[in-house]
Amino acid sequence: MEKLMLLGDEALAQGALDAGISGFYGYPGTPSTEIIEYVQRSKQAITDKVHRTWSSNEKTAMESALGMSYTGKRAMVTMKHVGLNVAADPFMNSAMTGAHGGLLITVADDPSMHSSQNEQDSRFYGRFAMIPVLEPSNQQECYDMAFYGFELSEKYHIPVMIRLTTRLSHSRSGVVRRNTLPQKPCNKPEDIFQFMLLPAVARKKYKNLINLQERFVEESTQSPFNEYYLDAKDYSKGLITTGLAYNYLREVYGDAPIPYPVLKICQYPLPASKIHELYNKCESLYFFEEGMPIVEEQIKGLGFSGMKPIHGRLDGTLDRDGELNPNKVAKALGLPSKYGKDVPEIVAGRPPALCVGCPHADSYLALNEAIKEYGRGHVFSDIGCYTLGFMPPYNAINSCVDMGASITMAKGAADSGHFPAIAVIGDSTFTHSGMTGLMDCIYDKSNVVIVILDNSTTGMTGGQDYTAFGRLEEICLGLGVEKDHIRTFFPFVKNHEEMIRIYKEEIAYEGVSVIIPRRECVQTLKKKNKREA
Amino acid sequence: MKKDIILAGVGGQGILTIATILGHAALNRGWQLKQAEVHGMSQRGGDVQSHLRLSDKDIHSDLITMGDADMILSVEPMEALRYLPYLAADGWIITNSKPFVNIPNYPNPEDVYTEISKTTNHLLFDADQIAKDIKATRSMNIVVLGAAIKHLGFSEQEIADSISAIFSRKGEAIVEANLKALKAGIALS
Ligand SMILES: Cc1ncc(C[n+]2csc(CCOP(=O)(O)OP(=O)(O)O)c2C)c(N)n1
Ligand code: SF4
Repeated sequence: MEKLMLLGDEALAQGALDAGISGFYGYPGTPSTEIIEYVQRSKQAITDKVHRTWSSNEKTAMESALGMSYTGKRAMVTMKHVGLNVAADPFMNSAMTGAHGGLLITVADDPSMHSSQNEQDSRFYGRFAMIPVLEPSNQQECYDMAFYGFELSEKYHIPVMIRLTTRLSHSRSGVVRRNTLPQKPCNKPEDIFQFMLLPAVARKKYKNLINLQERFVEESTQSPFNEYYLDAKDYSKGLITTGLAYNYLREVYGDAPIPYPVLKICQYPLPASKIHELYNKCESLYFFEEGMPIVEEQIKGLGFSGMKPIHGRLDGTLDRDGELNPNKVAKALGLPSKYGKDVPEIVAGRPPALCVGCPHADSYLALNEAIKEYGRGHVFSDIGCYTLGFMPPYNAINSCVDMGASITMAKGAADSGHFPAIAVIGDSTFTHSGMTGLMDCIYDKSNVVIVILDNSTTGMTGGQDYTAFGRLEEICLGLGVEKDHIRTFFPFVKNHEEMIRIYKEEIAYEGVSVIIPRRECVQTLKKKNKREA
Repeated sequence: MKKDIILAGVGGQGILTIATILGHAALNRGWQLKQAEVHGMSQRGGDVQSHLRLSDKDIHSDLITMGDADMILSVEPMEALRYLPYLAADGWIITNSKPFVNIPNYPNPEDVYTEISKTTNHLLFDADQIAKDIKATRSMNIVVLGAAIKHLGFSEQEIADSISAIFSRKGEAIVEANLKALKAGIALS
């Protein structure tokens, strides 16, 4: 069958489409965004009427996917790693209800924090929820695991996590397709208790989940994606790789065979018997994990005396943080590590910056001017392109923690008498998780100024739609902000003085003010003009 | 045969187009390909790179091993230097000489050129100017590609076929401009 050149994200999306999925739900976030973007462009998805619009946030997406699974159809929810924190409540409880139609929870982690606030490892969540986790090592496995994951999910009525990492999500390679499967019919779950987590039911369901664990281990042990090369020349080392770390190991040895026994793990829970076998055969174990040392820690425990040496991220054999690469793997194995030349000292860093003409720049320059008299330390911000306003020449903001935190942190600061307390949040971020914080402010009549930067798009992740588009004033009004204190302006050099005046007036008002600077992102504008041309 | 290429530039300069063309040509030969791209935050005017790996055999890693790259192909001179740890001792640097200055502490371009000329194999030329001269301003990246193909072992015909296939939906004029840029690039090598 035809071979496609796909990113890991796209291969997974295509696999799910071919496996008869009925709906994707998600909120954008690097490196997961390209899954749903691919589906939105796919003729197949459009013809088959596969659900593919963005959700307001990861929690609403997770719940919608669970609702689709309830009807017996196959569904997937997609998010970046920190998105799972937002979706953690429905995620954990979906392990208790289980799935009806196949349910895949796809989480893309970002080790090395290329575009993220942290490098948390979603496999912890998988273990926490006690569900099977699949971690593809290449683009073909991304595709194949969609089929396999849905089958596994339906066999045990359990959601299955697919864990991706940046290097696979954003790397392209050839993928061979299979015959497509039809979508599942819409039918209710047979068991009326399945989705009722009342304590009496939940206790039974939890026992059931515990009982399934052994079966999940069996599945992992037999999995076509876990490979065990236990016969080798040299037993001084036993190697365990997870996910795409296996590729780096293969790369290091080139055409030569790997001299040590190897376990390639791509499905969890861990195939314990195989790890025992490796441990018994070898003098020491080496762990290569893309992400946190979660497997290493499980095996090593507290490192009781008499245990054979265990090497990995915990003992410094590999860096404790950051993604792996072939050089790190070679060095850990004591092989000669190659290196070109050092980067010359004259090479300067080139951090990302707001685009030339970005509306956020004008909003920030006026804000700086308006609050000059108070000194730095008054602007709580959030996550998006506008976070780049921290950099010179703007130096305009003082915090960036998690989506929505600008409003609520400003509220907490205002509650303790900090003045002025200003929140700066993007329009998509406000939609994601700003509204509840705004209600807290209104309920308490907190003295805050909330600036919702409306560039009419989700800019940071490449320009996606968001659900509250075009309705920001209505929403603020509906939530209870006073009409006279919802102000808008067009952020542009020419309006500099007017913007300063509006900021100052609302800072002077004791209560909740919302200011909405509104001008389209220059990148989405460019794309739109190109499409129309 | 294997070719490991680091493509370098600044977000928005079009290095992924170069990768797409080379990848297309490699696939036409029946080769394997892996291409690690940069998406996300750095695309906002930050430094970006792509690891492009082409081979007639299986490719394992998505990332190129340091000290192993056959070429650094760059659309910006300082960006070419950022990836020197990846370059093999006999590897090539092929780069546009026109600085893209969007930071206050951009070094003196002459110092950048001196560093580039310290490497064994390099080709340094003003691809922006060449593209302007042949009235194909927007094909600067294809001029850079053209300068590289001989050292990567691709023929003009192979690359021209891929350019035609990839740009055909954008119209005849764009295909022509890119083919002209390709020729101008080849003339530099
Ligand atoms: C929980 C969570 N989900 C997703 C992301 C990824 N993310 C970072 S910023 C952003 C959107 C920003 O859009 P907007 O608020 O409109 O600001 P803009 O970038 O357009 O300025 C997204 C989706 C994240 N960091 N955290
Ligand atoms: S992408 Fe849009 S919102 Fe982001 S920096 Fe550029 S112009 Fe501003």
